[in-house]
Amino acid sequence: MAKIRGSIVVNVERCKGCEVCMVTCPTGTIEMAKEVNGKGYNYAFPANPELCIGCANCAMVCPDGVITVYKTKI
Amino acid sequence: MVEFSGIKEIIKPGNLVYKKTNIMTENSLSYCPGCGHGTAHRILAEIIGEEGLQSETIGVSPVGCSVFMYNYLDIDWQEAAHGRAPAVATAIKRLLPEKFVFTYQGDGDLAAIGTAETIHACNRGENILIIFINNGIYGMTGGQMAPTTLPGMKSSTSPYGRDVKTMGFPLKITDIVASLPGSYYVTRQSVHTAANVKKTKKAIRKSFQYQKLNKGTCLIEIVSNCPSGWKMTPVQSNKWMEENMFPYYPLGDLKTPEE
Ligand SMILES: Cc1ncc(C[n+]2csc(CCOP(=O)(O)OP(=O)(O)O)c2C)c(N)n1
Ligand code: SF4
Ligand code: SF4
Ligand code: SF4
Ligand SMILES: [Mg+2]
Repeated sequence: MAKIRGSIVVNVERCKGCEVCMVTCPTGTIEMAKEVNGKGYNYAFPANPELCIGCANCAMVCPDGVITVYKTKI
Repeated sequence: MVEFSGIKEIIKPGNLVYKKTNIMTENSLSYCPGCGHGTAHRILAEIIGEEGLQSETIGVSPVGCSVFMYNYLDIDWQEAAHGRAPAVATAIKRLLPEKFVFTYQGDGDLAAIGTAETIHACNRGENILIIFINNGIYGMTGGQMAPTTLPGMKSSTSPYGRDVKTMGFPLKITDIVASLPGSYYVTRQSVHTAANVKKTKKAIRKSFQYQKLNKGTCLIEIVSNCPSGWKMTPVQSNKWMEENMFPYYPLGDLKTPEE
């Protein structure tokens, strides 16, 4: 059976670490990095990439528009 | 869990489902982390892009945290003095009636210093869209009480909470606008969840369509957060907004056209 798989790309240097995407993600794909970006923010990253379904909820609520979303059937 | 090693294979142009619209410029937003202003900007930009109106749209930016909005959307702009955006938009729309004209204003801008401009533009039925970001506070200047601040809500000028006996009641200016014959479509939305983002986008798209048909003033209130002014984390502020702002400012349409 075909399975929906998604993947996100976070523009790390533009992320402000607000965590809004993380709490919105229905699958627990996103976590905040222990490391900080150039602005000093703990940035969002797909800690559990295999869980992503490409729903784009994270990208829709990101105030800084830093998330790009891809989706495919495999 | 199924082992999956093909993440790289998913990331290719044919599989793209969401990318920041190129109506947004490459400038970094000046907003605090998690501030709804950024989301509101982006979805407005998305509609302008999707409807192909980049060269047809003129925005009027306010005074408030979004004072630099003209740096963020790649369209034509006019900056207005504090609260005067509806008056400026009136002039632009009357001189260039074929253009799509909107204002973007905070609650301090629209419901305090600009109350007269708001009410009279809507009462005249000016054929413009007003986007009203209600975060219940003067964000830009350090979190002072606004007309929209909730009863009991703390701000830098109501440190013990807004006491309605001496400070008055929160002004539901959107309800007032809905009662005016000149307003055509008036709605209250939010942008803190994906579902709400979709609804607000729909409201913006409809407003552009109504403007094309010369229907009169459309006003979209977006109840939003101010994590810095409210002294909360962004995630806490969105929760607080749901629990405290939405009961006072319920989401939904206040005035819909009779189709
Ligand atoms: C004529 C005038 N009066 C007062 C100010 C100070 N001032 C700047 S922004 C602002 C209020 C901003 O609050 P709001 O419109 O709610 O926008 P926010 O920052 O919350 O998005 C005030 C009072 C000003 N710039 N000009
Ligand atoms: S696209 Fe959906 S599932 Fe994937 S990270 Fe974003 S919110 Fe989570
Ligand atoms: S919502 Fe955007 S800015 Fe906030 S943490 Fe997620 S990616 Fe970063
Ligand atoms: S002060 Fe408030 S409204 Fe202004 S950018 Fe910061 S969070 Fe947003
Ligand atoms: Mg405000």
